[in-house]
Amino acid sequence: MADHSHGSPESTGVVARPGQGDVQKFQNPGLPPHRPRLADRDPRAEKRAERQVAILFLVSIIGTVLFFVGYFLIPLDETIETLRLQNLTLGLGTAFAMLGIGVGIVHWAKTLMPDHEVSEDRHEIRTEADRADAEKIINDIVEETGIKRRPLIRNTLLGAMLLAPLPAVFIFRDLGPLPGDALRHTYWDAGTRLARDPSGTPIKASDVTIGSAFHVIPEGLSDSEHYLEEKAKAVVLLMRLNPDSLNPSPGREDWGYQGIVAYSKICTHVGCPVALYEQQTHHLLCPCHQSTFDLTQECKVIFGPATRPLPQLPIAVDDEGYLIATSDFQEPVGPSFWERG
Amino acid sequence: MSSTTTQSTYQPKTNVGKITNYVDSRVGGSGIVKEFGRKIFPDHWTFMFGEVALYSFVILLLSGTFLTFFFDPSMAETHYEGSYIPLRGVEMSEAYATALNISFDVRGGLFMRQVHHWSALLFVAAVSVHMLRVFFTGAFRRPRELNWVVGCVLLILAMAAGFTGYSLPDDLLSGNGLRIIDGVIKAVPVVGTYISFFLFGGEFPGTVVIPRLYVLHILLIPAIILLMIVIHLFMVVTHKHTQFPGPGRTNDNVVGFPVGPVYAAKAGGFFFIVFGIIAAISAAFTINPIWNYGPYDPSPVSAGTQPDWYIGWVDGALRLMPGWIAGIPLEWNIPMPWGVNTLSLNVLLPALVPAGIVFTLMFAWPWIESWLTKDKREHHLLDRPRNAPFRTAVGVSGVVFYCVMWAAASSDLIATHFFVSLNDVTYWLRVLFFVGPIIGFMVAQRIALALQRKDREIALHGRETGRIVRLPHGEFIEVHEPLDEYKRYNLVNYESHSVLPAEADVNGHVTRTEKARGRLSRFFFEDRVAPVTPAELEAAHSHGHHDAIAEQHDKAAVSK
Repeated sequence: MADHSHGSPESTGVVARPGQGDVQKFQNPGLPPHRPRLADRDPRAEKRAERQVAILFLVSIIGTVLFFVGYFLIPLDETIETLRLQNLTLGLGTAFAMLGIGVGIVHWAKTLMPDHEVSEDRHEIRTEADRADAEKIINDIVEETGIKRRPLIRNTLLGAMLLAPLPAVFIFRDLGPLPGDALRHTYWDAGTRLARDPSGTPIKASDVTIGSAFHVIPEGLSDSEHYLEEKAKAVVLLMRLNPDSLNPSPGREDWGYQGIVAYSKICTHVGCPVALYEQQTHHLLCPCHQSTFDLTQECKVIFGPATRPLPQLPIAVDDEGYLIATSDFQEPVGPSFWERG
Repeated sequence: MSSTTTQSTYQPKTNVGKITNYVDSRVGGSGIVKEFGRKIFPDHWTFMFGEVALYSFVILLLSGTFLTFFFDPSMAETHYEGSYIPLRGVEMSEAYATALNISFDVRGGLFMRQVHHWSALLFVAAVSVHMLRVFFTGAFRRPRELNWVVGCVLLILAMAAGFTGYSLPDDLLSGNGLRIIDGVIKAVPVVGTYISFFLFGGEFPGTVVIPRLYVLHILLIPAIILLMIVIHLFMVVTHKHTQFPGPGRTNDNVVGFPVGPVYAAKAGGFFFIVFGIIAAISAAFTINPIWNYGPYDPSPVSAGTQPDWYIGWVDGALRLMPGWIAGIPLEWNIPMPWGVNTLSLNVLLPALVPAGIVFTLMFAWPWIESWLTKDKREHHLLDRPRNAPFRTAVGVSGVVFYCVMWAAASSDLIATHFFVSLNDVTYWLRVLFFVGPIIGFMVAQRIALALQRKDREIALHGRETGRIVRLPHGEFIEVHEPLDEYKRYNLVNYESHSVLPAEADVNGHVTRTEKARGRLSRFFFEDRVAPVTPAELEAAHSHGHHDAIAEQHDKAAVSK
């Protein structure tokens, strides 16, 4: 017999009534006969269920006691172990206290309370008589206001209502300053020494061996009034490669120093710190969304969701042998924004 | 007046009676008891998910209120002086310091933090699973479309509540989460930079964002959630609950247990069970150990970190999007009369498009389905998912779409755990992003149709008993035991949509949308399994008289 047969045409009544007075469908046999539970027939089972419920409530009482044991008898002594032990005791105490009550009540309902299913009729959500009454009431209300007959009142009210919310929008103007050119500048400037993050001690070119990498902040950053905001833009990764493996583009040949190069650590995707340096492949990897930048191609994106290379910080060495920036970044660091250009 | 006569005639005898009567005669409680005391609620285990959501929200309110007594959402600098030795003397915000104090110096504070975080995870999960239940059983159909919309709003609010809360402790993880949000906001054309500066009160991270998120998290969002829950439950009472089809259940009745005592006991007891389970999880499994992460600092980041699960799919979409496709960058510099503007499609597309598709389809689905099937009737009986293969297939397709993005949020952990290349994981997930939903659709539709055929087979020929009987003329047959009428009714009582070709409107026109509807209808309903009719059962019985004979033999043999 084919399974793909066509059934009866859909009935088009407002309320779906499957199986009601339709010869193509089975008649609803009505509720199945009630099957008594063990506790309905056997007084011993009933007694047993009663005891089980009571035991569950006792478990709850024990749980509450356990909570107080943890609260008063486990002193916190600055070690994480006692904290964990207390957390475990409080948690298990609460869990038993709650589960004892919950499981007890549900067990009580399922074994001892009546389990006869009852049928109740649904009612129309809206009766036609109510609808007509409501319509009449609303018409009367509208009529009594006279808003239809007085367009002058209606139109001026509409105009007033449209304008009135505007202050509620504009009042939020002072949530923050306008961006201005804040995103185009960082703490770096010509002559700023490169310093270790977070200690702030300056780095000598001779400290940077081939293959090593430094997390860098500008020297003096900790004196900045807006430390975190400045740091969020200024953090830099410093690496030294064999100079032959770097391929600087025209105009950027002197941005490094003997294979030492510095790149912004802020991902050009959505701004996570690009903190992972793969020394062997010379790749920088952002742990948030896996954008991968190739150091040997001026941090061009070779994988992942970022589009732009990491901005390079031009560096040189000062008289005392310390690494310095020769200028600020030549482009905005971090994620793109509409005005970036 | 009748009320005065009632008051003068009825004299309560007990003290409880006096108090009850005092209140009742002033607020009209008798009417409420009459209306709700024995109201019938249908019972099914899948109806519990909504309860889990409601109860975990209550637990969120309770534990959250406790936390507010000890938490200071300030980004002012301080030096930590609390009990956790590794961080002593470290400079950090008041928010992080007080979050540490809750964990280490307030007895039960860590437990309450754990309860709060775990119930938040459970809340969003329960809302999601509840919505899947509603979707797959067709409970969103008329008259419940608007309540479905309220539910969708609640899901978005639940995610918003979760995210604003996640950012409050101002630890390294939450700070990086905020930074990603900042990066996404900045990608919004025209207003993005301004929104970012207004949200953070200047440049990221600034000193105001946490107090602002705090107000949203503890006041505005929970208040709206509460309002939506009230509307949601009010509509549940108005509509009365749906029920699964079955013997005795019709579209015009509600079969179940009365509120008092059975349903109230089960639902009330269930609150304590949900609380107990959350407490047990909070006791045993650490969530968000902020003391391990340290205060927020824009420079460090730890690899392998994960957002809370409900944000994962958006984060995964960000990861899946390539910055370059076939040598073409997805960030465009567009020359304008006033200068050059940057459109960052590599951020905008994944942040907006998948979520846009998911939420648009979700909100609109009740109307899409009724347009497609031309079914505008009221439905109070649910569909078993297999009996609506088209809807089940669409739902599974959506779930696969979601889960591919969700998996992408863990692409690095998948790579490190299974020793595969991170890039390969991403490439495969990019393929699955497009192919997965199609495969999911086809597989789910086939499985649903196959299950329907199985039901049909069982309804027509009964249950396979596994008893092989040899007939007198040598034929071996397996005895099929016919179903009783109640079990059979479960298998035959459903409606199966068939193809509705495009129809002409009143002017005799077949509009273009109507033609599209006709094509979609054919695509969705071409393959269908019709419910067994009484005539088919009759025919099957007369064909299968061997079975019947064999069964008589068999029964005779058993009873001897």
